[in-house]
Amino acid sequence: MSEDDERQQCPPSDLEFVSNKARNCNATGSGSGHPELQSVYLDQVLENVLENVLHFLTSKRDRNAASLVCKSWYRVEALTRSELFIGNCYAVSPARATARFARVRALHLKGKPRFADFNLMPPDWGAHFNPWALAMAKAYPWLEKVNLKRMSVTDDDLATLAELFLGFKELVLVCCDGFGTSGLAIFVNKCRQLKVLDLIESEVSDDESDWISCFPEGESHLESLIFDCVECHINFEALERLVARSPLLKKLRLNRYVSIGQLYHLMIRAPQLTHLGTGSFSPSEIAGQGDQEPDYVNAFAACKSLVCLSGFREIIPDYLPAIYIVCANLTSLNFSYANITAEQLKPIISKCHKLQVFWVLDSICDEGLQAVAATCKELRELRVFPVDAREDSDGPVSEVGLQAISEGCRKLQSILYFCQRMTNTAVIAMSKNCPDLVVFRLCIMGRHRADHVTGEPMDDGFGAIVMNCKKLTRLAVSGLLTDKAFDYIGRHGKLVRTLSVAFSGDSDMALKYVLEGCPQLQKLEIRDSPFGDAALRSGLHHYYSMRFLWMSSCRLTRHGCQEIARAMPRLVVEVIRSADEEEMDDAVEILYMYRSLVGPRTDTPKFVTIL
Amino acid sequence: METEKDLNLEATELRLGLPGTSNESAKNTTHRSNKRALPEQPMSANIDTASKNCDQETAQHTKAQVVGWPPIRSYRKNCLQPKKSEAEMSGIYVKVSMDGAPYLRKIDLKVVKGYPELLKALEDMFKFKAGEYSEREGYNGSEFVPTYEDKDGDWMLVGDVPWEMFTSCCKKLRIMKGSEARGLGCVV
Repeated sequence: MSEDDERQQCPPSDLEFVSNKARNCNATGSGSGHPELQSVYLDQVLENVLENVLHFLTSKRDRNAASLVCKSWYRVEALTRSELFIGNCYAVSPARATARFARVRALHLKGKPRFADFNLMPPDWGAHFNPWALAMAKAYPWLEKVNLKRMSVTDDDLATLAELFLGFKELVLVCCDGFGTSGLAIFVNKCRQLKVLDLIESEVSDDESDWISCFPEGESHLESLIFDCVECHINFEALERLVARSPLLKKLRLNRYVSIGQLYHLMIRAPQLTHLGTGSFSPSEIAGQGDQEPDYVNAFAACKSLVCLSGFREIIPDYLPAIYIVCANLTSLNFSYANITAEQLKPIISKCHKLQVFWVLDSICDEGLQAVAATCKELRELRVFPVDAREDSDGPVSEVGLQAISEGCRKLQSILYFCQRMTNTAVIAMSKNCPDLVVFRLCIMGRHRADHVTGEPMDDGFGAIVMNCKKLTRLAVSGLLTDKAFDYIGRHGKLVRTLSVAFSGDSDMALKYVLEGCPQLQKLEIRDSPFGDAALRSGLHHYYSMRFLWMSSCRLTRHGCQEIARAMPRLVVEVIRSADEEEMDDAVEILYMYRSLVGPRTDTPKFVTIL
Repeated sequence: METEKDLNLEATELRLGLPGTSNESAKNTTHRSNKRALPEQPMSANIDTASKNCDQETAQHTKAQVVGWPPIRSYRKNCLQPKKSEAEMSGIYVKVSMDGAPYLRKIDLKVVKGYPELLKALEDMFKFKAGEYSEREGYNGSEFVPTYEDKDGDWMLVGDVPWEMFTSCCKKLRIMKGSEARGLGCVV
């Protein structure tokens, strides 16, 4: 959010404003009433027109730009913004947000920095939803949608959402924590208009509450129910009844406590599904030996609208043929929890001609990736996760798989690839074959690992990516990298907004190249790289344009960070220790700094110091 | 032997880890080494090769992993515990509750090798007597009865199924009051 501090508070509604001005006109002049009144009405008309026009503006970037045109546009834009996106919950306070925007229906908030996902900082750092929930309850009683990422949400917050917002319709929680099934129970019970409940990669504590049974009786408005991350048993009979009375349900993602037999029963009740998460995809332990297996093929055949398939949490590959019939229509397939081989994948992937998004485990090996490349010509996004996420594990995928994908999937836009060995040649090939790449994230799991054929650093590979992929906005680097790689990024990565760096670079120059060369840089996360205070200083001109900078296990000192904090008053500079570390050391373990309109937050835990 | 001491073998011993660290902190080295590898030396490509070689050595020999690397969320890591490799299997810890007790305990089903040990362990943990198990009558006559929740969410009497099947499908244990459990042992 870019906001001029000196701008005044929003005046009250337009009518009041007009009548004030009219009153002033009458008070000041005796003969000059008419032309001024006319211009007042003209202003009013223009603002009305503007209001109607701005309603069509939905992109937040467009809206931010519009709000900077002049005070009038700023005012009208603030009145008409219905979807409020805040990329860092600490960049602005709930009070300021609700003061500026009067009619918000949808709130999208992001909290913790991404590196917190990998246990790089102690839990309970912050990003509490609670103050926002309370502020919204007062300011936006008509709020309909809340989308939170990496926020701490309590059961009470869920209760607040359900009880204080009568028209509440959509809740999406991504990578959140702090709540449990008892919170969910209250939420689903009180939220009578609920259309969407999506719990994605969130940690939900098992309070032994049967939340599925708490959905109110009668026909439900549910369109999307995603709970594959909820690691507790659910009441299947209640779920079956819920699905049966949700005629609008299009997206259903089950958790791994739903067996394939139970999945069958749900599918035959909901053939209108477009997105299905299949749960465990294996039979329950105590399945009767002599029982007849349901006709799974039939169940899948009935789902003629299915375009997105996921789940397969405890897959028994024998059941995979059941999905053959839907493969031709699939645009998205998530096998990233299914430990299957290339041979098991081939009969499926060879039918997936329309596939655009594919998430998979490296258990399919280079051979499996070759099969993907052979068929999936429409592929836009590929993610290959490791079965064995350790530095010294066997690497079933390598440069061979990457090369094959680059040759077969020319429309690729986004790739996340974990491997143990890689070559510059393959990365360069991808940079040339896939010019539409927007996201390139390569994770060579062995730290400081060079090109395994030539022994060279991986500089040239990543250099080619930034040079040839002109649309690149997100980059994650790995392997043995010298300052040269960062020189390339600084020179050519002109559109890069997000950069992730780990165990790379030789000196401060690397960070300098990036901070001085990448004008669009918004999010920079660095760990275990030899960058010190001098490098940090080289970004002073740019930090106000960034959402955040994270640097952990680098060579920063407290007085170096202090310098930054002094030079930039609108930057919040957090020094984060691991929980048991002493405060006295001058070395900074974790630096997390971000621009903010409201200064240092007041909810810092003991292990955080704000400079 | 005296000659060994004189030779000062320790000084020439091949160590696993960066020079200057002792064996005890070898595990920590992999973690710490990335913070301030060789601060006195000038920044150059040499450092990378040096630390690279050290890392390769340590990576091969010590299983110590760096925090948060590779960058996979723990949820995903935990979901993919490979069931296939026996050597990797860690203990099967299940919660144990007892009616009337203020807090729960946990027990590792891998450590107790069968039903008799399990019952003994539970009896020791919560100071009760389960009594004799019979297939027909369950734990008839006992004040407390051990039950478990299986994968389908059903509450079953402990002891009915073979031990291997039990450990694979037992999610939770609950020591029920005998009066509540009446009738449980009578159902096949």
